Amino acid sequence: MENDNFIIQMKGISKVYPNGIAANRNVDFFVKEGEIHALMGENGAGKSTLMKILFGLEQPTEGEIIINGEEVSLTSPSDAISRGIGMVHQHFMLIPSLTVAENIVLGMAPIKKGILIDYKKAVQITEEVSQKYNLNVNPNAKVMDIPVGMKQKVEILKALVRGANILILDEPTAVLTTQETSELFKELIILKQLGYTIIFISHKLNEIKQITDRLTIMRGGKSMGVYETASTSEQEISRLMVGRDVILNVEKDKSQPTETVLKVRNLEYTNKWNKKMLDFLSFSVRQGEILGIAGVEGNGQRELVEMLFNLNTPDSGTITVNGVNIINLPQDKIRDNRVSLIPEDRMTYGIADAASIEENVISDRYTEKHFNNGPLFDMKMIHKESDKLIKNYAILCKSRKQQVKMLSGGNIQKVVVARELSSDPILIIADQPTRGIDVGSTEFIRNKLVHLSRAGAAVLLVSADLNEVMELSDSLIVLYGGKVVAYFDDTSALDDTVMGEYMLGLKHQSPEEIERVCHE
Amino acid sequence: MFEQFLDTILKADFLFSIIRITAPILFAALGAVVAEKAGVVNIGLEGIMSISALFGVLFSYWTQSWLVGVLGALVVGVLLGLLIGFFALKLKTDIILAGIAVNMIGGGGTIFLLYMFTGMRGNTGALVSQNILIPTINIPLIKSIPILGESISGHSVLTYLAFILVFLIAGLLYKTSLGLNIRAVGENDQAAQSVGISVLRIKYIAIGISGALAGLGGAFMSMYYSQGWNSGMIAGRGFIALAAQAMGRTEPIGTMLSSLLFGFAQALRTKVSGLQGVSSYLVSLIPYVFTIVGLVLYAISTTKKVHKYRQTQAEAVEA
Repeated sequence: MENDNFIIQMKGISKVYPNGIAANRNVDFFVKEGEIHALMGENGAGKSTLMKILFGLEQPTEGEIIINGEEVSLTSPSDAISRGIGMVHQHFMLIPSLTVAENIVLGMAPIKKGILIDYKKAVQITEEVSQKYNLNVNPNAKVMDIPVGMKQKVEILKALVRGANILILDEPTAVLTTQETSELFKELIILKQLGYTIIFISHKLNEIKQITDRLTIMRGGKSMGVYETASTSEQEISRLMVGRDVILNVEKDKSQPTETVLKVRNLEYTNKWNKKMLDFLSFSVRQGEILGIAGVEGNGQRELVEMLFNLNTPDSGTITVNGVNIINLPQDKIRDNRVSLIPEDRMTYGIADAASIEENVISDRYTEKHFNNGPLFDMKMIHKESDKLIKNYAILCKSRKQQVKMLSGGNIQKVVVARELSSDPILIIADQPTRGIDVGSTEFIRNKLVHLSRAGAAVLLVSADLNEVMELSDSLIVLYGGKVVAYFDDTSALDDTVMGEYMLGLKHQSPEEIERVCHE
Repeated sequence: MFEQFLDTILKADFLFSIIRITAPILFAALGAVVAEKAGVVNIGLEGIMSISALFGVLFSYWTQSWLVGVLGALVVGVLLGLLIGFFALKLKTDIILAGIAVNMIGGGGTIFLLYMFTGMRGNTGALVSQNILIPTINIPLIKSIPILGESISGHSVLTYLAFILVFLIAGLLYKTSLGLNIRAVGENDQAAQSVGISVLRIKYIAIGISGALAGLGGAFMSMYYSQGWNSGMIAGRGFIALAAQAMGRTEPIGTMLSSLLFGFAQALRTKVSGLQGVSSYLVSLIPYVFTIVGLVLYAISTTKKVHKYRQTQAEAVEA
């Protein structure tokens, strides 16, 4: 093969972890010099593992790595750095209490008088490199005080200062605002023009189309091939990623709402920094419908969900589920009233990550009679229950005994969903149910929610993903500044420009229109 | 009685004894600071002090040199620190358990070692002579100032070293690249590793330094403070040092101040227990009451600060 054009050649890479999980299977990954190359795949497809191998954080079980035509063995990040590879991790590798300049020179600090750090020199280095690549940072600010977008620039500068000419960016836009994202893209284009090679890990189709030259798609630990971005359609990419054509529109028949289940009235809450987060909030959710809550994050959605599951107490107002007041009710009693929660922060509130799948799925029902034999568990029944849930919710795992933290993001969320949706709920609170998970799991979870609502459950969907909230909801409210500013009883005719105006507080409906969401 | 009490504490020798009592706590507390900054909990300070104290006496007796004794104690401290590191970092035992093991060796193993080396039981009384104790220094000029001179002149070489070390350690942590690496490793070891810092090496260095400082504290105890080694002589100073480090927010200067507070409490106890009509049981509570009150005040001030910080942050967001 003609390979003088390739700066990176990873050939036949396999990685099998000691616990037997094969994260990479015979993967080939070739990157040309000076291109922006996308590495795509669902959660758990093996992208991160492959990049960890390239950055020396993991060693491959099999395979060879050739950089600049030379076969190398990368046993630590220092090896990778010395070969010109720099990595910007999804979770920033920065020291919050140190300044930007200190972070940039960390591990290679300039020295004066034999042992002392030359801090002035560090600032100078930072300023030089920051100007050279047009990545503006404040060298003297502490990292804990700077915004996320700047932290990312610091990470990129850190790699460049160390002489990197190949940059690996692991889902760089996941934490950025739209504006920061377009700024980042401009900066990446500049770097590309300067001759740098960039590996861009993402599963956002529009970003990939916008910025990359070629792409490698991974699925189930294997490479699905390399493609020219310009000549590959979004449908083609998603088919390769999930192995079937993703139905981006959820199929659902028209809802027929009946009785009101959740009644929230005049809810008020001021947080400890004296900011009013919920301002006389009132709405109802009825059986058989999915009510979506749209809004820019930070407009009271999180506080509302906390109140609904007694993770926080409102200053005033009422919350009832089928007439039962649930404010200050312990969570198990809330669950006794057939309320389920798919929490936003699944790792903290959704699962116990060191416990097994089985232990997680029975954690809300282990006291039930048929799981117990006197003082002991009836393990047979428990195994039966967890195997049933693993099957019905298509949780990809080795066995019910597997630790939940060993699963991919999408499968962890399926564990949460399996427990929450199988307890015969009358009210389901789904807070960002598909955030950060792969297309296949997303589709599965969305269909489950539609199915349960049609079977008579009331679903409250909170989502920052405008497409999701518009596609999935039957009716919709928009939260702005802790208030309902708009109510739409039919989402099918909605247009996202109008939604945007409500979400940004440019428009609001009349009190009469908004009151309709109480259905009284 | 109150007047009698005031008379006692308003004297130069009271200030002198505060400094004297603070020094060993300060050595160990600085050791706790360095380890903690690297993200290593050295709970074995107590044991390291005890074992180093014994070896300090033994080395000085064998060589008839106090300096060799102190250096010997320091080396033993380093080795014990590295031993804890070896168990915790290499063999992956829980570092708290490794520390407790060293503390237990400090309690029981020392008596065995003493018997093995000298045939003595329980203490080193007969080994110690004046010439192998750590010498004291009279500071020219300052010693002739009334009160001040009496209280800060005439301490042992190691006492002064303890206070000088506060500034040396501060310089090490904040002005050298080793210090930068130590702080980086302690705060986010993955970030440190990602820029090629050897996390393991930095942690070994930090716990080694920590052991060295505790070793000096041990030497101070047996070769100056108690003028000989006996079992149980460290009497919880290694643990008080951990409290001092926490109260001093793991900063060298803050830790010195909190160590002085504990030194003050101990000195007060000694003085008050000499007074008539005061229950000695009640008096022996003083240092512990100080610890609790100190930690409560510390917690209150931290909470307030966090609250204030958040408020300014929230305002900044709104503005």
